[in-house]
Amino acid sequence: MKDEGKKQIWKDYQKDIADDHYYYVRSCIRQSFFPASEEFFLRLLKDDLGKDVFDDPNHTTCTGIGYHSDIVSFETIMTVVARHFSMMKESGYKNIIISCVTSFGIYTEIIETWKHFPEVLAKTRENLFKATGREFDIPENMAHASDIIYKFKDEIAQKAKYRLVNPITGKPLNIVEHIGCHYSKMFPKYGVGGAEFPEVLAGMIDAWGGKVIDYPERRHCCGFGFRQYLVQANRGYSIANSKKKFDSMEPYKPDLILANCPGCTMFMDKWQYTISEMEGKTYGENQQGIPVLTYEELAGLVMGYNPWDLGLQYHQIQSEPLLHKLGIEFSIEDKYKTRDGRQMPIPECPANINY
Amino acid sequence: MGKLYDLLLQDIRFEEGLNACMNCGVCTAICPAAEFYKYDPREIVDTIQTKDEEKTEALLKSETIWYCGQCMSCKTRCPRGNTPALVIMALRTLSQKLGYFTDSEKGRQQFAIKRTVGENILKYGYCVPTYAVDPKMHPEQGPIWEHIFNNIDDVMDRLGGNLKKKGSGALREIHQKNLDELDKIFEVTGGYKLYGEIENYSEKKAGEMGLEFKKEGIDNEYFRHVYTCNSDNHGK
Repeated sequence: MKDEGKKQIWKDYQKDIADDHYYYVRSCIRQSFFPASEEFFLRLLKDDLGKDVFDDPNHTTCTGIGYHSDIVSFETIMTVVARHFSMMKESGYKNIIISCVTSFGIYTEIIETWKHFPEVLAKTRENLFKATGREFDIPENMAHASDIIYKFKDEIAQKAKYRLVNPITGKPLNIVEHIGCHYSKMFPKYGVGGAEFPEVLAGMIDAWGGKVIDYPERRHCCGFGFRQYLVQANRGYSIANSKKKFDSMEPYKPDLILANCPGCTMFMDKWQYTISEMEGKTYGENQQGIPVLTYEELAGLVMGYNPWDLGLQYHQIQSEPLLHKLGIEFSIEDKYKTRDGRQMPIPECPANINY
Repeated sequence: MGKLYDLLLQDIRFEEGLNACMNCGVCTAICPAAEFYKYDPREIVDTIQTKDEEKTEALLKSETIWYCGQCMSCKTRCPRGNTPALVIMALRTLSQKLGYFTDSEKGRQQFAIKRTVGENILKYGYCVPTYAVDPKMHPEQGPIWEHIFNNIDDVMDRLGGNLKKKGSGALREIHQKNLDELDKIFEVTGGYKLYGEIENYSEKKAGEMGLEFKKEGIDNEYFRHVYTCNSDNHGK
């Protein structure tokens, strides 16, 4: 499809994203695997964009990984989510930002269910009150954290120190974007750009000067599959799906994979290592792997944040080749230092990835 | 109409997920699980639509219903607005309630998920906190994960986390009052009942299989068996 056609579809799937005063709920996977992404996100909103955002210590997991692996019932997860809404109300907020794509999908599923089945909403109110004495309101505005970065992508571009352009060649970087399935495959209207042509990440890449690369398996699942990864015996499913994507994108020579789901980011990073161990096959230029970044990490890089404060050293696929391509200056000595400057052990290099 | 079909109808996800399927097979064409496993969501929905008691029971006891990866790609593409993945969730829930899940290798794995993610939720308030993702159980996470796991305090501190400490931030300690509310929610909404059903049927199955079973933890033969066993009889 020509660009003009896609842009028309994107126009049909725009969503309202609140401008300020947000209640933030963290992600189990993002805070465990990419804690610096969540910290950067809050810092960006508060310090760089001057927004009001509340990081409530009292919210918990939404239980979403348990729900989609079928050990947590719909009734239970609806009540856990209702508790989050109750705390949001208690704190005086009406706009929610959700860090996790699995959670985001669950929140959309629950809100749509409540719309169509008012008796289920009434039962959830009853359950929550019985369990905790709490009451709740449904958020007025609900955004995934990537929606927020998308909304402020032009402000970020204005403040940017770097563009997604190789300063030596003058060419934009080739960037593959991967949207987590639960962002909009269930309810396209909740995603910027819908399900077939989501714009949420492509819009950031465009605004920051990169080139979005299309490839045949662009919308294929990363392969997490919940129980298909959680149980060791099933992980062949998970890695096979990621491999299908890597094989499909490889001919287009991507410099970077950008993802909005923390699980997808982690799997697409780690499975490249596992494939290199299993098959001796390493993707990317010079057998260095294809770096996989969160949208917070990419925003942080273009704004000139220290890559090691953003946590890029804790990806299995290392990012130095990418930093060189972007002309980003960094200190290699600082890479594995503690906050107070002590040298930490250096992680072991994988046998088949060229560091 | 079969009794099992009546039970499925009580699950709102079943009502939402299945209108009238015309058997076009688009769901199977887009399905990542159908590419990897002997799996065909069109066939499953077709079987359910027959409302045949025996066929439905066979499905509830089968490997098949455990193959779906819950990506929900079927929802986007179905021209009738069905969601086979939601039908699957209703089938899995019923299979666990009736104890049929232990009849299949893939179904028995529910015990491993309950003992890991299920316990994490109530113990820590997170599904998969860093400190619970042991590299020994996750060799595919590679050397960088082992490094993070072994240096978790320094890594989290450098990256702005608040590991097991009071206040807000990544991987903060979830206050007991919040864990107590989660606990109450599980009690009121049947969360513990479902955990209990998974435990009880698994213990019974472990006995039938002659495998050691312990009331807690993952250091027992049955856990290791369901977590690692792959008969390699699931692919196409």
